[in-house]
Amino acid sequence: MTATTLPSATTLVPAASPVTELDALESESVFVFREVAAEFERPVILFSGGKDSIVMLHLARKAFAPGAVPFSLLHVDTGHNFPEVLAYRDATVEALGLRLEVASVEDYLADGRLRERSDGTRNPLQTVPLLDAINTHRFDAVFGGGRRDEERARAKERIFSLRDEFGQWDPRNQRPELWSLYNGKHKPGEHVRVFPLSNWTELDVWNYIARESIELPSIYYAHQRDVFERDGMLLAVGPYSQPRDGETVERRVVRYRTVGDMSCTGAVASTAASPAEVVVEVAASELTERGATRADDRVSEAAMEDRKREGYF
Amino acid sequence: MSTAENTLAQHADAAETGHAKADLEQLAQRQLLRLATAGSVDDGKSTLVGRLLHDCKAILADQIAHVQTVTASRGGARGTGGDFDFALLTDGLRAEREQGITIDVAYRYFATDKRSFILADCPGHVQYTRNTVTGASTADVVIILVDARHGVLEQTRRHLAVAGLLRVPHVVLAVNKIDLVGYDQAVFKGITKDVTQLADQLGITDIQAIPVSALIGDNVVDRSPATSWYTGPTLLEFLENASGRSDLSAQPLRFPVQYVIRPQTNDQYRDYRGYTGTVASGTITVGDPVIVLPAGRRTTVAGIDRAIVTPTSTAVAERPSAVAGEAITVRLTDDLDVARGSVIVAADSSPGTRRELSATVCWLSDRPLTVGARLLIKHTTTTAQAIVTKINGALDLNTLGVIDAAGLDLNDIGKVQLKIAAPLAADPYSSNIITGSFLLIDAHDGWTLAAGMIDDEEGELL
Repeated sequence: MTATTLPSATTLVPAASPVTELDALESESVFVFREVAAEFERPVILFSGGKDSIVMLHLARKAFAPGAVPFSLLHVDTGHNFPEVLAYRDATVEALGLRLEVASVEDYLADGRLRERSDGTRNPLQTVPLLDAINTHRFDAVFGGGRRDEERARAKERIFSLRDEFGQWDPRNQRPELWSLYNGKHKPGEHVRVFPLSNWTELDVWNYIARESIELPSIYYAHQRDVFERDGMLLAVGPYSQPRDGETVERRVVRYRTVGDMSCTGAVASTAASPAEVVVEVAASELTERGATRADDRVSEAAMEDRKREGYF
Repeated sequence: MSTAENTLAQHADAAETGHAKADLEQLAQRQLLRLATAGSVDDGKSTLVGRLLHDCKAILADQIAHVQTVTASRGGARGTGGDFDFALLTDGLRAEREQGITIDVAYRYFATDKRSFILADCPGHVQYTRNTVTGASTADVVIILVDARHGVLEQTRRHLAVAGLLRVPHVVLAVNKIDLVGYDQAVFKGITKDVTQLADQLGITDIQAIPVSALIGDNVVDRSPATSWYTGPTLLEFLENASGRSDLSAQPLRFPVQYVIRPQTNDQYRDYRGYTGTVASGTITVGDPVIVLPAGRRTTVAGIDRAIVTPTSTAVAERPSAVAGEAITVRLTDDLDVARGSVIVAADSSPGTRRELSATVCWLSDRPLTVGARLLIKHTTTTAQAIVTKINGALDLNTLGVIDAAGLDLNDIGKVQLKIAAPLAADPYSSNIITGSFLLIDAHDGWTLAAGMIDDEEGELL
């Protein structure tokens, strides 16, 4: 039998040698996706419509081209998402013919399984709907877009991270992770969180978005928005965040570095309108991505670790 | 000026000078170097890492502010009374900060104009040696810290043995706290001599000793005026110029198959059958004669594909060849039985297969290893049952000789023989770290028990 005939439009790309940083990162991530597809029965990709999950999906598509991505998507929707991001999420699912499960924090609040926090942020509330969805669908591998450069607790995270039946992370008792031999063995009820972007930095992600011409929700680029300043962050005026006394609303040119809840994700003043301009901006930034724009990480010295122990991403 | 405006001003400056742009082009061609730290407790690993990141300007304003706040709230930096505890930059877990020790590997990312780095900051405590093995398994450089006041300790010997065993290409001996011995050249020379002798015994060929003070910053990024007798590179200079694990592309082709792609439903690719994987070693070129193991069938590479992904479609583009480290998809001219666990190898340089292995293992679990134990072995993309048929001895860290051992305990390094339920396409670790390495896994609960390295024919321990 002869080999598969390729379409005539095939182009010849010279082999890159030596392998550069972005190529090495891409290959490592693709390797991780293929390991999970081969060794797990019910994997799922956490997809929020944020840039990391978008890059993650792009890499998953690369791993299985010209075939389809053999995973479904799961979005834990806090109910405080940016409309542009939800529109992007739905358009992507539609265009790629993917299956999307939505775990809705709003549903949990409506029937009393969760209660609104006094500070109004809903990020920490995502843990219970996430773990319930994992149990309901019996997902055994859950891809997250977390990167080790984001936060000091995430810096301790393995690429394959075992979670017990309560979804808990035990940072003191993690499996050793050697070479590229990822051990996905787990007992029934346990699952593995998989972080294919572990070794990427914010700058790597933006360089890759530029190189691959990956489309993102519009709020990642400069636009005009009514904002007010709180704790050095520019918060959008909207249904979930209103200025308090002494905080004045201004129309500013801003963009977002991270996309989470509208209530606790800050914008940055920026005129960067393209991936290339964002790359320049990120390379020169004096602040980390989360430090600049995430209120929920400021709650305590170990806010992220505490959430992760309970089963957060 | 508010924080947000401050950021904007920074951006504007960068865009104006055009500086960032030039760097970005350079950045596209930059290569990664992976490094790991090792050393005993209180040798100052976290402080060294914090110093390295800080002096490379890899620590941003909000992280510095965080460390200053926490340092102040605790009444000063550990051991110094200063206002900036460098260890807090890397010790991120509650327990680490409470106890002032590093418990688990933290991965850090930083870059200079020349290259970018992934740094595994590993703990020094004996009970966390498994994390040092974890960090060192992928490292191009291991930095072993020795406290200038204490010299070589048992953990120094253990970490040197791990670096030798894992065949880390370069070892840096950082003689730390050199300020606390009055920048005495004789102390530095004495420790260097002791460690070099050990390194020789362990087969470590490339070792660079550097006198440093992590706390003050001597010879980490900036050259120290206090050590005028030292003419070698600073730590950063060494890291910027060290070579990576480049030998894998010079080895014969090994391509472990991960996953088979057969879209079937897609018209354009109805008959497509591609074998995905990452080239473990060598180069693969269209037209190459190859052998598919374990079956041993000969065939030819018909095509090498790389994905092309647009917002709405996926396709593949053909390319003439690929090298070690690249994730690709391979098509073969013959319709053979190829699946996950198959390894495509160079026809003129096949390793064959084996069902018995002689190997050196780092035992990473507190459940002891005994002869007759039934385990799982994970080797490239194959997971199979294995039985430990013999324990040939354990490494004595004092003499660096092999002593008799009935079993292996946590942190022991030993020689074992294994019988395996499936044929493995394996090479000695000394020639190929990917096809020469494996994990031993507890079949009951999936825990990773050991890191294994397949011995040379001579069966040398290290």
